[in-house]
Amino acid sequence: MADLSADIQQQVLAARDAKQTLNIIGGGSKSFMGREAVGDRLDVSGHRGIVNYQPVELVLTARAGTPLTEIEAALAENNQMLAFEPPRFSGEATLGGTLACNQSGPGRPWTGSVRDHVLGVRLINGLGEHLKFGGQVMKNVAGYDVSRLQAGAMGSLGVITEISLKVLPKPAASRTLAWDMGAQEAITFMNQLASRPKPLSAACWLQGRLYVRLSGALSAVEATLKEWKGTELTQDQANQFWQQLGQQELPFFDTDLPLWRFSINSAASIPALDEYSLIDWGGAQRWFRGEQDKLHMESLAAAAGGQVSLYSGGDRRSEVMHTTPAVLQAIQKRIKTSFDPDGIFNPGRLYHWM
Amino acid sequence: MSTTSKPSQDELCQLFRGFIAAQNVISDAETLKPYECDGLSMYCEMPLIVVLPETVAQVQEVLRICHRYAVPVVARGAGTGLCAGAMPNAEGVVLSLAKFKNVIEINPQTRTARLQPGVRNLAISEAAAEYGLYYGPDPSSQIACTIGGNVAENSGGVHCLKYGLTVHNVLSVEMLTVEGEKVTLGSEGLDSCGLDLLALINGSEGLLGVITEIQVKLLPIPEKARVVMAGFDNVQQAGDSVGGIIASGIIPAGLEMMDSYAISAAEDFAKAGYPKEAKALLLCEVDGTAEEVQEHIEQVEKLFHSFGATSVRTSQTEAERALLWKGRKSAFPAVGRISPDYYCMDGTIPRGQLAHVLTEMQRLSEHYQLRVANVFHAGDGNLHPLILFDANIPGEFAKTEEFGGKILELCVAVGGCITGEHGVGIEKIRQMSVQFTELELLQFNAIKDAFDPVGTLNPGKGVPTLRRCQEYRSIEPKNKDMENSNNTNSNKHKEGVAHG
Ligand SMILES: Cc1cc2nc3c(=O)[nH]c(=O)nc-3n(C[C@H](O)[C@@H](O)[C@H](O)COP(=O)(O)OP(=O)(O)OC[C@H]3O[C@@H](n4cnc5c(N)ncnc54)[C@H](O)[C@@H]3O)c2cc1C
Ligand SMILES: Cc1cc2nc3c(=O)[nH]c(=O)nc-3n(C[C@H](O)[C@H](O)[C@H](O)COP(=O)(O)OP(=O)(O)OC[C@H]3O[C@@H](n4cnc5c(N)ncnc54)[C@H](O)[C@@H]3O)c2cc1C
Repeated sequence: MADLSADIQQQVLAARDAKQTLNIIGGGSKSFMGREAVGDRLDVSGHRGIVNYQPVELVLTARAGTPLTEIEAALAENNQMLAFEPPRFSGEATLGGTLACNQSGPGRPWTGSVRDHVLGVRLINGLGEHLKFGGQVMKNVAGYDVSRLQAGAMGSLGVITEISLKVLPKPAASRTLAWDMGAQEAITFMNQLASRPKPLSAACWLQGRLYVRLSGALSAVEATLKEWKGTELTQDQANQFWQQLGQQELPFFDTDLPLWRFSINSAASIPALDEYSLIDWGGAQRWFRGEQDKLHMESLAAAAGGQVSLYSGGDRRSEVMHTTPAVLQAIQKRIKTSFDPDGIFNPGRLYHWM
Repeated sequence: MSTTSKPSQDELCQLFRGFIAAQNVISDAETLKPYECDGLSMYCEMPLIVVLPETVAQVQEVLRICHRYAVPVVARGAGTGLCAGAMPNAEGVVLSLAKFKNVIEINPQTRTARLQPGVRNLAISEAAAEYGLYYGPDPSSQIACTIGGNVAENSGGVHCLKYGLTVHNVLSVEMLTVEGEKVTLGSEGLDSCGLDLLALINGSEGLLGVITEIQVKLLPIPEKARVVMAGFDNVQQAGDSVGGIIASGIIPAGLEMMDSYAISAAEDFAKAGYPKEAKALLLCEVDGTAEEVQEHIEQVEKLFHSFGATSVRTSQTEAERALLWKGRKSAFPAVGRISPDYYCMDGTIPRGQLAHVLTEMQRLSEHYQLRVANVFHAGDGNLHPLILFDANIPGEFAKTEEFGGKILELCVAVGGCITGEHGVGIEKIRQMSVQFTELELLQFNAIKDAFDPVGTLNPGKGVPTLRRCQEYRSIEPKNKDMENSNNTNSNKHKEGVAHG
């Protein structure tokens, strides 16, 4: 429960003076993500603690090093939750690392991502300046949205010290249906279900089976269960499945092979991969394991209206993110420089050119 | 960047007429006049030229020319903005996207729409309706405002608490940089790799690029929606019952509050059956499946009673629901009828501070001798105090602005912000330094530089420019050396016009 921001600020200033680079570490749970990290460790995990939580305001503010488990425990006492269902990686994941990696769980298409729920951040930039953006209120359009810009930046713009988030009530009821079907059929079916005004909250297909979660008012969930038929999972089976999916603990993820993550048009089909993929987010996120040529994967993703990244494994010295067009590279580099003119933070973690 | 001297108005028109139909390049005073302001008509300025291109290639060429000669460019949608964001620059070009009205595609399967920037907000839901879909964010100006303007302002509406702001509902935009280069931010997927430039563009007020195409998410039209109206004897009870609803685990589709001035103005205007004797009125809409709505409506009614509501009424039909909303949605023009002019503020506060903020506002109202009516997106803390004034009384608008400024400072002091959805534009540029430190403003300026190093996109709006260059940023933080080239003092205030 310590405020170490002054300390962290000193470390940033010292690194700047010494012309050293820093590798920001929250819990270190996502060190497999992004490119290989270089630089001196800047451990922010000690900078932790919930600073403010007003259940009635639906807003929580915590220091970036706070473990997600601590936050979720506090929310649960008030029957609330992080609606983006972030992976906790056995309790090590911190709030800062979760935002930096933009990690969201199975409910993402319906309840949003961490990027969608962030309301404000405090951050130490490369000049050692401790700055505050956004706020602790739901709506705020003063200035550019620097808070959401941190989502997926993997710490390349500065050390996040504090984050304010919108939180939501837990749904009153949750049930899961399953159907046996092939990947193509499931993709079509998931999209059909999503276009109905029913309390759908997750849809995932894996190895011949489609899993669909319904969450909301008990009456709505039960009426939809009846209408949609399908095989209902027991509460234990359901909890286990969504838990393991959200935590990336399904056997599917236990692999030494390169793991590819596609973020694409939810209805697109990638015939060469779909049957072997884990299809989540109602079709909009697909995971594939295997040695593949990155440019080939990119062309498949582009044809499906989106992008691919090499989530884990494979060659982590080369680029792992989808290739960025030159004009956007130039803008991103200038944004990076605007926060971190000396290139102190996580050099090359996102892209070799950043 | 400009090396040669700037072309004259005539020369620029000549250049534009080389590729845009002559009648779509405007430079005569009479035809320019309607473009001199946006919805905040107290701030106005005549532009040098207005262009209305019809193709993206033409927009590109306009930008290239303006870039070559460092001519300011102000993008414009429908001009309904309430912060003088689309107010022209005297030496610049107004780039109207009004001709880009096409709904390019509605994809019912993926529940998405591809739109040109000039498509009106309501037109999206109208086009999607045949597939049982609609577009979530619904600003009260939705009949007129454009999706391009919505993205540029990150607009909200009464349904934002549940369905999010514009930023939550946009998948991708095609944008032209200041140099006229076409880029796509976002994709058909939900997340993209790298820095989230799409998040920056939402709410960027035309300062970072010109949006030429937008892809939005559509939602299934709920099976059922009903609204509960409740009157209260005092604002505190109404505020507490908002907290009570949220604490009960219900996220209403809309949760709006009005104070007594707004209630009686809206009732006189819309005849919705609002209790005119009430000190505060709440409208709580619940949507979802038929079963869910039934369940939640009963809970909400009970809660309102338990928090001391003096009257509770629930819509029984779609027509009644529409009528109950009509009063709220026309609150601005309704207030416009009880006063020659009004000035709409847009602060956001933590909801728990509502009673305190309203008391303080009442004190200010007495101090300034100006009445204030309150319309409040209660669910997400976004307050719209409407200051009633008469622009024909010399000095009254200046007094009104000062009062407005004090309200925004109050919002910041209680942990809120100066604008929840209308944007900063020119109007709130002075209050930016109340909400942000100089170092934070410098960081904003540095982001602007990353997109627009010469600063020709909507100059003087959104973020106050600081005289010092970025390289000198680390010097003493106390130097309050701001240059607001477009400070309000330098603008003529048009008198006698009510907006909204
Ligand atoms: C392949 C792999 C799988 C793993 N899986 C598991 C598992 O299943 N179970 C388990 O117990 N452990 C797992 N771990 C180990 C575990 O590493 C933990 O130590 C740790 O969980 C928490 O990390 P984090 O979420 O805080 O993010 P980090 O991994 O620390 O950081 C992720 C990214 O965010 C940035 N970042 C973090 N904090 C900030 C901040 N405040 N400001 C700016 N940027 C920031 C970092 O620079 C980095 O780019 C795994 C490790 C690896 C390598
Ligand atoms: C009666 C009334 C009610 C309102 N209610 C609401 C409400 O409930 N919620 C809300 O959020 N707002 C509301 N507004 C404010 C306003 O309608 C919104 O800000 C709207 O999004 C502006 O859209 P527009 O097309 O009129 O944009 P304009 O006013 O033309 O422009 C707004 C800003 O966007 C920029 N811009 C416009 N198009 C582009 C483009 N294609 N590319 C780049 N930049 C562009 C302009 O430069 C300017 O800075 C209301 C206004 C009125 C008059």
